[in-house]
Amino acid sequence: MWCFVGVLVGNMVGVLPGMGPLATISVLLPLTFGIKPVGAILMLSGVFYGAQYGGAICSILLNLPCHPPHAVTCLDGFPLTKQGRGGAALGITVISSFVGASWGITEMIFLAPLLVRVALEFGPSEICSLMLLGLLAGSTLARGSPLKGVAMTLVGLLLGIVGTDIETGTPRFTFGIPSLFDGIELVGLALGLFGIAEFMKSVNQFSDVNTRYSNVGLRDLRPSRDELRRSIPAMFRGTLVGSLCSLIPGTGPTIASFIAYAAEKKVSKTPEKFGTGMIEGVASPEASTHSSVQGDFIPTMSLGIPGDAVMALILGALMIQGIVPGPRLISEHPDIFWGLVASFWIGNIILVVLNVPMIGLWVKLLMIPYKYLFPSALFFVAIGVYSTNNDMFQVGETVVIGLIGYLLLLLDFHPASILLGFVLGPRFEENFRRAMLISRGDIFVFVEHPISAFFLLLCVILIGAQIYVRLRKPKALAGLPDESSHGMGRLSEAE
Amino acid sequence: MEGLLKKKDFYAGLAMVVLGAGVTLNSTTYNLGTLMHMGPGMFPFILGILLTLVGIMIFVSGLMTPLEEGERILPESMEWRGWACILAGPLMFILFGEFFGMVAGTFMCVFVSALGDKTATLKGSAILAACITVGGAFLFSYVLKVPFPLFRWGF
Repeated sequence: MWCFVGVLVGNMVGVLPGMGPLATISVLLPLTFGIKPVGAILMLSGVFYGAQYGGAICSILLNLPCHPPHAVTCLDGFPLTKQGRGGAALGITVISSFVGASWGITEMIFLAPLLVRVALEFGPSEICSLMLLGLLAGSTLARGSPLKGVAMTLVGLLLGIVGTDIETGTPRFTFGIPSLFDGIELVGLALGLFGIAEFMKSVNQFSDVNTRYSNVGLRDLRPSRDELRRSIPAMFRGTLVGSLCSLIPGTGPTIASFIAYAAEKKVSKTPEKFGTGMIEGVASPEASTHSSVQGDFIPTMSLGIPGDAVMALILGALMIQGIVPGPRLISEHPDIFWGLVASFWIGNIILVVLNVPMIGLWVKLLMIPYKYLFPSALFFVAIGVYSTNNDMFQVGETVVIGLIGYLLLLLDFHPASILLGFVLGPRFEENFRRAMLISRGDIFVFVEHPISAFFLLLCVILIGAQIYVRLRKPKALAGLPDESSHGMGRLSEAE
Repeated sequence: MEGLLKKKDFYAGLAMVVLGAGVTLNSTTYNLGTLMHMGPGMFPFILGILLTLVGIMIFVSGLMTPLEEGERILPESMEWRGWACILAGPLMFILFGEFFGMVAGTFMCVFVSALGDKTATLKGSAILAACITVGGAFLFSYVLKVPFPLFRWGF
């Protein structure tokens, strides 16, 4: 039930131009506080899917990549729209996302309990090294310069420190403001960074959207037999790429979709036609995005280590509900884990059912001008932050964070890594301290334990690969697909 | 050297160094403890040093790479009005919400931030604000029961 609401609302908000999943989830996060944990997490994951899928509609019909994984979909999706086959492209998207997600869910059912069994053996030093790996991967493989990603993660870790120290009770970096003793609120941080800062970036930037091609009705959704025949193998290839990518920590859906597109181009008999409206170029990246998104839930739920900012946000929502993420989650709260798995299936089916008849409505939503959108969203931001603790101070806090977030955006920092550091920060510190206490202050404990040493080795390889790629190819942007294929090579090495 | 002051990495690195150094210095006012029994200051101390180092690296990489074509820190057009209105919106929410209740806070928040768009008119913004207020009051006050009085009068 909550899942249905989540998918519906998420899809509705996600389709709006300029609202990616991060913004959508942060805006809707406060709405879930009144619900029981199971319902809340179901609703959030529903929102997440809906928003993901909504973004695809936006990029195919309007050529506006609302969020990065769909940037590739634009390449072939929009030409298709211009040829009047936008409906078919959307239909294929529905099917391929369903295929991709289904595979991802199956993977999760089998892999997550396995991972948990391994993870339960971990001591503080292993957890620490694993978190370090997660943080490094999450910050360096994301968009933009790796150095800046690391800097942002550090800032996030520092923000996580604000508040009362867990062990000694000393208030740290609170500047004597009592409202900061409990730390910075996750909702406030997320809404400031992805709400207010994004609005500031895009105000007055949207020209009138071109809706000339977007009259899509129900009947247009059916792909022709030829299109279907061509896209089914592409879907499976995409799914494979996506699930491989999700195994590498930190390689989110964006990279997965880029690799899938590149792979599809290699496999195709007519690679020169890509970019002019090849249905395979829509099917494969979409399938890979969705299967890697599902795969991202595996480390998040079984180890408590989120792969990217969206997962960090969902993890944060769990913590707000009073649930400690980590390997014990599945045994202590089986209802949440299995409920989540069930909701993934249901959510995906709802997504298909919902999108087929309601596509016309989504298209109408696309036409809402930005100037009506952002003031309303700002109200949601304000009341959302207020309602988490009924504290006006936090609204002010959010405004300040938003302003800082915008300045960081101007300097080419991507604030998503801040969230990653912020969510993991307190647990990282706790485990670090514990590891040091057990080892009697011996810093080499991390290298002496084999599992922990293995994670550290991966960290070193990760950094090494980054430097190697950068030296070989100084153009940071052109390096993106390469960098990720590098990651693939590393995976096979690790295996 | 002239180009230096236009480079993003110059300011980015500088900001991180300042932040890192500030944190490091500040964390020494807390008890650092030993590695075995870490005090509250130890972890921020380490992070601050790391951040300073990363900041320096960004700074140096900024010095080494040539100025990119068309690189600029500030966006093409300065949207002072948009920015000010977006920041003022939630502040209005605080101000009016605190003293006059949720309805007034919501109305002012949406109204002020809607004015941030170049094409916005007073009338259009007011209509939008009224719509959102009605919908928002219904959703948050009746459905979600947020403890925030719709109207109040207090200083």
